[in-house]
Amino acid sequence: MSEPRLRILMAKAGLDGHDRGVKVVARALRDAGMEVIYTGLHQTPEQVVRAAVDEDVDAIGLSILSGAHMTIFPRILELLREQEAEDIILFGGGTIPEDDLQELKRMGVAELFTPGAYTQEIVEWVRENVGEKAAGGSAAPS
Amino acid sequence: MVTETTEEAAARLVESLLKGNRRAAGRVISAIEDGGDAVEMLMRALYPHTGRASIVGITGPPGAGKSTVVDELIRVMRADGRAVAVLAVDPNSPFSGGAVLGDRVRMMRHATDPEVFIRSMGARGHLGGLALASHNALLALDAMGFSDLLAETVGVGQSELEVAGTADTTVVVVPPGLGDGVQAIKAGIMEIADIFVVNKADHPQADRVVADIRDVLRMDLKRPEWTPPIVKTVATAGEGLEDLWIRIRQHRRYLEESGELERRRRARLEQEIVEIAERRLREQVLRPRTATPEFRAMLTDVVERRMNPYEAAEQIVPKTAAAG
Amino acid sequence: MLKDRTLEDDYRSWRESHPPHNRDWDFTTLSGEEIAPLYSPLDIADESYTRDVGFPGQFPYTRGIYANMYRGRLWTMRQFAGFGTARDTNRRFHYLLSQGMTGLSVAFDNPTLMGVDSDDLRALGEVGRTGVAIDSLADMEVLFEGIPLDRVSTSMTINAPAAIVLAMYVAVGEKQGVPAGQLTGTLQNDILKEYIAQKEWIYPPRQGVKLVVDTIEYTAQHMPKYHPVSISGYHIREAGSTALQELAFTMADGLSYVDASLERGLDIDSFAPRLSYFWNSHIDFFEEIAKFRAARRLWARLLKEKYGAKNPRSWLMRFHTQTAGVSLTAQQPENNIVRTALEALAAVLGGTQSLHTNSMDEVLALPTEKAVEIALRTQQIIAYETGVVNTVDPLGGAYFVEAMTNRMEEGALEYFRRIEELGGVLVGIEAGFFQREIADAAFRYQRELEERRKVMVGVNDFVNDQPIDIPILKIDPEVEREQIRRLQELKRTRDNDRVDRTLAAVRDAAARDENVMPYLLESVRAYATIQEMSDAMKAVLGSYREPAFV
Repeated sequence: MSEPRLRILMAKAGLDGHDRGVKVVARALRDAGMEVIYTGLHQTPEQVVRAAVDEDVDAIGLSILSGAHMTIFPRILELLREQEAEDIILFGGGTIPEDDLQELKRMGVAELFTPGAYTQEIVEWVRENVGEKAAGGSAAPS
Repeated sequence: MVTETTEEAAARLVESLLKGNRRAAGRVISAIEDGGDAVEMLMRALYPHTGRASIVGITGPPGAGKSTVVDELIRVMRADGRAVAVLAVDPNSPFSGGAVLGDRVRMMRHATDPEVFIRSMGARGHLGGLALASHNALLALDAMGFSDLLAETVGVGQSELEVAGTADTTVVVVPPGLGDGVQAIKAGIMEIADIFVVNKADHPQADRVVADIRDVLRMDLKRPEWTPPIVKTVATAGEGLEDLWIRIRQHRRYLEESGELERRRRARLEQEIVEIAERRLREQVLRPRTATPEFRAMLTDVVERRMNPYEAAEQIVPKTAAAG
Repeated sequence: MLKDRTLEDDYRSWRESHPPHNRDWDFTTLSGEEIAPLYSPLDIADESYTRDVGFPGQFPYTRGIYANMYRGRLWTMRQFAGFGTARDTNRRFHYLLSQGMTGLSVAFDNPTLMGVDSDDLRALGEVGRTGVAIDSLADMEVLFEGIPLDRVSTSMTINAPAAIVLAMYVAVGEKQGVPAGQLTGTLQNDILKEYIAQKEWIYPPRQGVKLVVDTIEYTAQHMPKYHPVSISGYHIREAGSTALQELAFTMADGLSYVDASLERGLDIDSFAPRLSYFWNSHIDFFEEIAKFRAARRLWARLLKEKYGAKNPRSWLMRFHTQTAGVSLTAQQPENNIVRTALEALAAVLGGTQSLHTNSMDEVLALPTEKAVEIALRTQQIIAYETGVVNTVDPLGGAYFVEAMTNRMEEGALEYFRRIEELGGVLVGIEAGFFQREIADAAFRYQRELEERRKVMVGVNDFVNDQPIDIPILKIDPEVEREQIRRLQELKRTRDNDRVDRTLAAVRDAAARDENVMPYLLESVRAYATIQEMSDAMKAVLGSYREPAFV
C-alpha cells in the first residue's frame, strides 16, 4: 500500500496577486514530503472550500496580502462548517496586524504566519498540528 | 469511529457517497489512494454501482495545453447537460517525497459547479499501480453519478500510457512546434489515440503537425473501423472544443455499436483481475518464502555457483505445484 | 601593453604579500553574485571611457541622462498614496503637496486594479484597503478636486484597466478645463510584468499588449506631454527575482512594447521618448547602482543601434524608483527607516528622475501620515543635507562600480538571447519561463535566509522579543459600504441608455481591432463603471487563466 501522505491545499483568496510567499511555502511543504494542491490566484472562499472538500485535504493554507483577511478567513470557516468539513484545518499567512491575528485565532483559524516567518517553521507546524490530527482522527477507513 | 469495524465504516462512507455527499467522495478517493485493505472493502460496496459513466482519457506531452483543453471541454459538456468528474493525474511528481499538483488551477472556474468534481492525484509510489488507483477513483465518481469522467495525465511515459489505457476513449493532445515531436511521441501514444487534438492551432506550425499525424495514421492498418479524427483547437480562446465533444460522442457511439466497448472493458477487466491476483501471489506466496534465512543461504549458494537459479526457484515454487 | 603587464605584476605581488584573510562569510551580493576582495583598473581594462561610459547627457548615458543632473533639477519626490474613498485620498494628496511633495502618485485598491466594481462579490472586504477605490469618473473627479492637473503631474499605478483610467484622467482634465495635450504624468500600464510577476490581469497577454499599444498610439497623437507606459521592474523584483533578472526581464518587456508599436505602424521617434522605466532599489547598495547605470546604457544602445531611433530623446532611459518593499521587516520596524534611506541613496547615486521612499510601517499595513512624512523627509535629507547632489555620478569611474555595471549589461544580453531562443516574451510567459526563474530565485533566497547565509537584521539575527509597537492605519469597514452606496446611486441617476450605447461601441471597436481609446472616453463621459467597460472588452478580447508554475 502507498503511504498516506499529508495533503495540503495552498490557496490565494481575494484579488491580490502576490504569490511569492504562497509559492515558496508550497515548495517547502513539497520538499518535506507533502502533497500540495495549488489553486492559483484570485479564488473566492466558495472555490477554496469546494476544492478542499473534493481534494479531501488535511489542511488549507491561505495567503492574503490584500487586507481582506477579516472578511475572507471567517467566511471560509463558515463554509467549512456548512460542508461538515470543520476537521479540515485552516491556517494562513499574510500582512495581518496583531489584534486581527488574535481575533482570527479566536474564531478558529489554527495558526497565522506573518512576514519574516521561516518556511521551516511552517513545515514544522504543519507536521505537528496537521499530521497529528490526521493520524489520530482520519475518517477514512484504514 | 473507533468502535465500529472498518468494514462498517467503509459501507457507511460509500452509502454517503451514493447519496451525493462530496465529502464522502473525497474521502473514498483518499482511502483508495492510501491503498491497503480498505480498498477492497470500498470496492465491494462501490462496484455494483459502477459501469455507467463513460471514461475519456486525455494525455499528451507537457506544454500541450491539456488542462486548458479539459477546462474548456468541461464548459462544453456542462452546456450539454453532462455531470463531469475530472481526475488530474500527475505521475511526474517525485516517486518518493512530495508533490505540487497544480493542474486544477486552470479549471477553478468550475470549482463551485455542483455537477463538476475535480480531483488531483500524484504518483506517491502506488504499489498497486497508479493506473489501478486512478481507475478505482474514477469508479467511485462513476458510482456517485457523474455521467462523464475525464482522466487527464501529464506526459508520455509508461505510467501515463497505463492510465490512459483504462479509458474508453483516449484523446491525445499534441502541441505544434515540437519539431520532430510527432516522431518522438509516436511510439506507444499513437497506437492508443482514438482522437487527436492539435491544440494551439493558431500557431504557424499547426498544419504541419496535422499533416504529420495524418501520415502516421495512413500507415496504421490495425484499425479499419475507426480512423482517429484530428481536431484543431485553440483552447485558450475556447475554439474547437464543440468539435472535440462531437468527436468524443461519435467515438462513444462507435464503441457501443461495434461491440468494441464491451471487448475493451472485458479485456481490461481480465487484465485487472490477473494483476490483482499476481500481486496477491507475490505477497502471499512468494514473499513469505523469500523473506527467510533459508532463502538468503540459498542465494549465497547460487552466487557461489553451488546451485543454479532454476534449482533455487524449484525450491520456492516446485514445477508441479506451479502447473497444478 | 607593457604598462598593463606591470600593473598585473604589481597586483600579483601585492596579493602574495597580503594573502586574503576572510571571515567566515558569503561575500556575494543580495542576488548571489560573487564579489572579489578588490577591484582595480585590471577589472575594467576592456572598458573604453568614450565608448562605454562617456559624459552625462551624452550617448551611451551611463553617467546620467542629463548633463547637469541634480545640479539642474532635483528628482521628483513622488510618494505613492491611496486608501479608502476618493475623498480620503484627496485629503492625503493635499497634505503631501503642502509638505513639499512635487508630484502625485495614485495607488488604487485591488478591485480597481482588477477592473472590478466595488459592489461586485469578488471585491468583498477589499474596497479601499490597499489603495483608493475608483468605480467611475465620479470618483476620479473627487480624487483630483482642488488639484490643478495642468500644474501637478500624476503617476497612476494601474495596468489591466489602464486604458480606462487614462480615459477617466482625460475626462477629469476636460472638467477642469485642461486639454489632454496639457496633461502631464505617467500611467504604469505595463501589462507584461503582470503576467510575469504581479498577477493582476484581465485579458490574455496578446490582447493585453494590444491595449497598451492603443494607449501608446493615443498619447502619441493627443497627449505629447504624457508617459503612457512605465516599464516596471519593481514588481518583478518584489516577486523575488534577482537584480539581473529585474533588469533583463523588464527591458525585454520594454522592447516588446517597442516591437508591438512598430508593428502598429508607429514611428519609433514618435513614441520612444515617452516611454519610461520604474525600478526597484533594493538593499545591496552597489549592485543596485550598477543596475541603474547598466539599464541606461543598454536602452540607449538598443534604441539607437538596434531600432535606429534618430531622436536622442528616444535613447534616454528615464526612470522612477521605489525602495524595496520586500526589504522591510515587521520586526523592529523602525529599522526600516534606515533601510529605506540607504536604498534611496542608491537610487539617487544611480541617477533616478523620481523617487518613492517606503514608509516604515508598510510591511504591516497602509502607512500612517507620520510614517509617510518621515519617508518624505528622508528624500529631503538626501537632497539638501548629504551633498551627494553636488556633482554628477560621483561613483563614475570607481573600479567596482564600473566592473559591476559591465557585468550587469553582459548578463542582461545573455538573458535576451535566451528569451529570443524561446520565441520572445509572450511565448516565455505562456511557457512559464519568467515565472519559474523568479520562483526559483525567491526560493533560493528564502533558503539562504533560513540557513543564515544572508542576514536580515531583526529577523534571523540581532533579534529581540519586543512586541511591535507602532501605530497602524486601519480602514473603517464603513468605507466599503459608503463606496457601494455611492456607486449604486450613480447607477440609478445616470443616463443608462447612453451608458449602454457607449459600451456597445467599445465592444464593437474591440471586435474591429480598432483603437479603443476614443470609445472608452465616450463611455467614461457617460459615467460607465470600470467593470462595465472591462467586461465590454472582455466579451471580445477574452480573459486570462493563469497557468500554474510553482
